[in-house]
Amino acid sequence: MISARGLTKTFNRTIHAVKNVDLEVDAGEVVVIVGPSGSGKSTVLRCLNLLEIPTEGEVIVDGFDLTDPSTDIDSVRTEVGMVFQQFNLFPHLTVLENITLALKKVRGKNKKEAIEIAMEQLTRVGIPEKAESFPRQLSGGQQQRVAIARSLAMNPKIMLFDEPTSALDPEMVKEVLDVMLKLAADGMTMVVVTHEMGFAKAAADRLVFIDEGEIVEVGLPEEIFNNPTHQRTKDFFAKILY
Amino acid sequence: MADNKSKKRRVRDSRPWWDTFPWWGVIVLALLGWMAWQISFNSNYELAWDRIWPGLRVTIRATFQSFGIALVIGLLVGMGQLSKNVFLRNIARTYVEIIRGIPILPLIFVVALILVPQVSDVINLTINFEMRATVTLSIIYGAYMAEIFRGGIQSVPPGQSEAGRSLGLSRRQTMNSVVLPQAMRAIIPPLGNDFIAILKDTSLLSVLGVLEITQRARQFSASTFKFREGYFVVAFIYLLLTLSLSVLLSVLERRMTRDRQGER
Repeated sequence: MISARGLTKTFNRTIHAVKNVDLEVDAGEVVVIVGPSGSGKSTVLRCLNLLEIPTEGEVIVDGFDLTDPSTDIDSVRTEVGMVFQQFNLFPHLTVLENITLALKKVRGKNKKEAIEIAMEQLTRVGIPEKAESFPRQLSGGQQQRVAIARSLAMNPKIMLFDEPTSALDPEMVKEVLDVMLKLAADGMTMVVVTHEMGFAKAAADRLVFIDEGEIVEVGLPEEIFNNPTHQRTKDFFAKILY
Repeated sequence: MADNKSKKRRVRDSRPWWDTFPWWGVIVLALLGWMAWQISFNSNYELAWDRIWPGLRVTIRATFQSFGIALVIGLLVGMGQLSKNVFLRNIARTYVEIIRGIPILPLIFVVALILVPQVSDVINLTINFEMRATVTLSIIYGAYMAEIFRGGIQSVPPGQSEAGRSLGLSRRQTMNSVVLPQAMRAIIPPLGNDFIAILKDTSLLSVLGVLEITQRARQFSASTFKFREGYFVVAFIYLLLTLSLSVLLSVLERRMTRDRQGER
């Protein structure tokens, strides 16, 4: 479903954020990317829907070569949902309008169809009663669930999560992770950058450990947690698990 | 607890009414009232008023025309400055930097007396002085507004357009449905200020002999030697217009702040 080869991203010709990363994600697979802050894990994720344009390498998503200039990136992006750390809901629109905007403008749905789909997805994330609210009126956890619903409404083949719980108050982390777990159980192809090791254990088919822009280790979550083979991986888990 | 009354403590009640009361409004209203009274009951002022106020039509027409054209220039140049195209971006930047660096008065002379005649020689068209001055004001305020639009668009966090693009919206759709509506909140208040500034700057049309209110006041005063009456009346008219506009603006701003808090 996703195939990145030799992916490299350099900022300002001097900062090597991602170095020669190869990553394959099959349909229905849940891949969790972990690593220290500044390790380039978010940059890898953002290259997968071309929010970041790679400096080198190729990224093939759903059969489309993203680095080929003739690829219509807008149409690929409709198949790749993205959830951000800061939610990025549109503050001037209601929850319902947030979700229906792209349905109407991109999918060409009429108002009635769009609202129907939006309500369906809001029910899926558990907050249909907030349809008429503005994002500011919601808690962080609710906002992030709306953001997930907004992506899901486009019926994407892949979902990308960029530290979806890092900006949340502790008591709201679970409600978002629950939605993600359900999504994983439903067979969604997911790439998740997170620090939630509990989620990785529960949902990940594969764990990817990235440090200094390189993939250091790949494997089953349990294996890497319990028997990390590289020193850098050991150091990382020694710092975060207690 | 017992010595609460005797001991001085650093506590604060809400401010007394005379501290928060808008006294300035009373002073301004009194001033306007006094001016209006003079104009109504003093025959010299009445004479000045009768000679000057017909120019209001020209002042208002020039204000709206300049503002309208400047708005279009401002939006285009502002977006131009944020364009991915190197050529467009630099043309826009050059325009803004040059125009902002020249005071309005000399620029009016340059445009009205040099540039416009040269252009109209080529295309064989006569343009009257009012139009020339209006065009100059538009060019100047277009540059100011370009900066307002650019700043407004840049005030929207990049995550907003990333979210829009991630949903498959095109650049244009993201700009129109996500970025611009949010940028408007940062754009409308300074645009309102520019509207008031343009209204005041139409007084510069007088240097080209355009018969707006300032020019009429000059003519009246020069021919009758009633300087006090002439300039008092023109100041009164400007003040009346600008004050009512700024009241309108603050109402608009208050309504927008309420929207921002997500109430309906």
